[in-house]
Amino acid sequence: MAEQETALSDKQKKEIAKWFLLNAPAGEIQYVAKDLKSVLKDDGVYDEAASEAFPVYNKSHMICLEMPGRFGDVLVTQYGELGDNEYLDPKTTQVAIVDHVKQVCKEVRPATDEELPSPYIEEYRCALEAEMLKYVGEAYPKGSFSVYCVNGKDVEGPGSDFELVVVISAARLSPQNFCNGSWRSIWNIEFRDDVQVLELKGKFQVGAHYFEEGNVQLDAKHECRDSTMFQSPDDSAIAIESVIRHHETEYLASLEASYLNLPDTTFKDLRRKLPVTRTLFPWHGTSQFSLTREIAKELGIGK
Amino acid sequence: MEAAMGLMRRMPPRHSETTLSALLSLLPRHSSDLLSQVDLPLQVLPDVDSGKKFILCEYNRDADSYRSPWSNKYHPPLEDAPYPSSKLRQLEIEANDIFTVYCDQYYEGGISSVYMWEDDHECFVACFLVKKDGSKTGQGRRGYLEEGTWDAIHVIEVGPEEEMTRYCLTSTVMLSLTTDDVSSGTFSLSGSIRRQMNMNLPVADGHLSNMGKMIEEMEGKLRNSLDQVYFGKTREMVCTLRPPNEVVQMRLPSS
Repeated sequence: MAEQETALSDKQKKEIAKWFLLNAPAGEIQYVAKDLKSVLKDDGVYDEAASEAFPVYNKSHMICLEMPGRFGDVLVTQYGELGDNEYLDPKTTQVAIVDHVKQVCKEVRPATDEELPSPYIEEYRCALEAEMLKYVGEAYPKGSFSVYCVNGKDVEGPGSDFELVVVISAARLSPQNFCNGSWRSIWNIEFRDDVQVLELKGKFQVGAHYFEEGNVQLDAKHECRDSTMFQSPDDSAIAIESVIRHHETEYLASLEASYLNLPDTTFKDLRRKLPVTRTLFPWHGTSQFSLTREIAKELGIGK
Repeated sequence: MEAAMGLMRRMPPRHSETTLSALLSLLPRHSSDLLSQVDLPLQVLPDVDSGKKFILCEYNRDADSYRSPWSNKYHPPLEDAPYPSSKLRQLEIEANDIFTVYCDQYYEGGISSVYMWEDDHECFVACFLVKKDGSKTGQGRRGYLEEGTWDAIHVIEVGPEEEMTRYCLTSTVMLSLTTDDVSSGTFSLSGSIRRQMNMNLPVADGHLSNMGKMIEEMEGKLRNSLDQVYFGKTREMVCTLRPPNEVVQMRLPSS
């Protein structure tokens, strides 16, 4: 990278700092920030990098923040972003004002009518939200979710297409056990009025980091598609929940299968547990110099 | 430095080269510390005489040249470079030959190298390295892996020759694997661990036999540890985030 003759420019340092922050595993950005500040020794550059990196990180990880005033939690996502630091929580119709670098919600304000969907859309959104509340409550011990309208929120009645997005974000942070992990699901649901069909696209991203005397990370991604009929708000919601539940359960099972295959199958392509002979390697040798010939003879291979 | 090592532990292992590069440019004065404490995936070069590949590491490097265990030549050529004594070189040659057979058995291919050099007072150090590309385009026999690498570095300090000689082994394994298929998407695990093992063994059994057995035992332990403990913990985490349906349906009391 940088040659030793010239010191790094502030811009280069900032880009490096941003890289570290953006690549922090789920739940670890504050720890990375602390170490980064020590290494960088330049608070000006750090602050600039942080102001640019934290919003991207927070939205990509869909972090969950507590809103003051007993409104519950809000998810910080691109779908709910109303302004630089403002994020809509559709459930409570509150807008959270967020400090990205500190990762806290500073205050809330009610959403204006323009920021919310039309009553027609809201029927669908709300019905889906009720179904998802049951699903997420059951399937995820500590999950949060939101249902947003990302397209067509001002549609007044049948005759137009619109699009809803369900995001599910679950994180388990156990730094004292050196283990952190996160699950993110994003479901885009296109309500296609012309063909009376709902097109669903799901994206999953699962990560885990275990770092007691070592450093191991899991990074898994998957995408899937499905469709179902365009029905009344309640019936659509039930159908959508069923599709989501089905695909997520299937994905979890395939993750399990990948893990089960590891020791005997996948890992084998890297290193076998034992040689084909199913015995340990014959290191015995009376003298080091005849070792090779004896081994070659024993294994029946030419040299 | 502690902060730098903290960052190494948190950045994704598959990006370890970029991480180290970034740290070196931010902390140029700590470069020798960083280079000695951080393990990177191994690089190889072909030997100028035989074309056979050999592994590059700090233990066969002098200035910007690397010594091949096959021809004993520095690449690119270097004057006044250090070489092992002829007695140790004999042992080194033998070690390379045997280790190649060992790697063939366990790694079904892969590239290996062994380097030895004298330490002070009648001690010597041996470094055994393995690099395996298990991807389906590499040497992965069964075609499971889209991408897969295993890099192992074993450094053994051999004490002065006595009836029971002391061997101190420090082993590092870095691995990364990715499977990718239509039904389950991309699944990627990567990581590195380092362990130590000390043993007193009868010198009469032969240095190579003693060292070989230690390495074999250590590699087995590391493989199991990575698989069961390390990968196992990430699997546990996934099941904690979203328990399988059977558990959910039992309606356990909420925690």
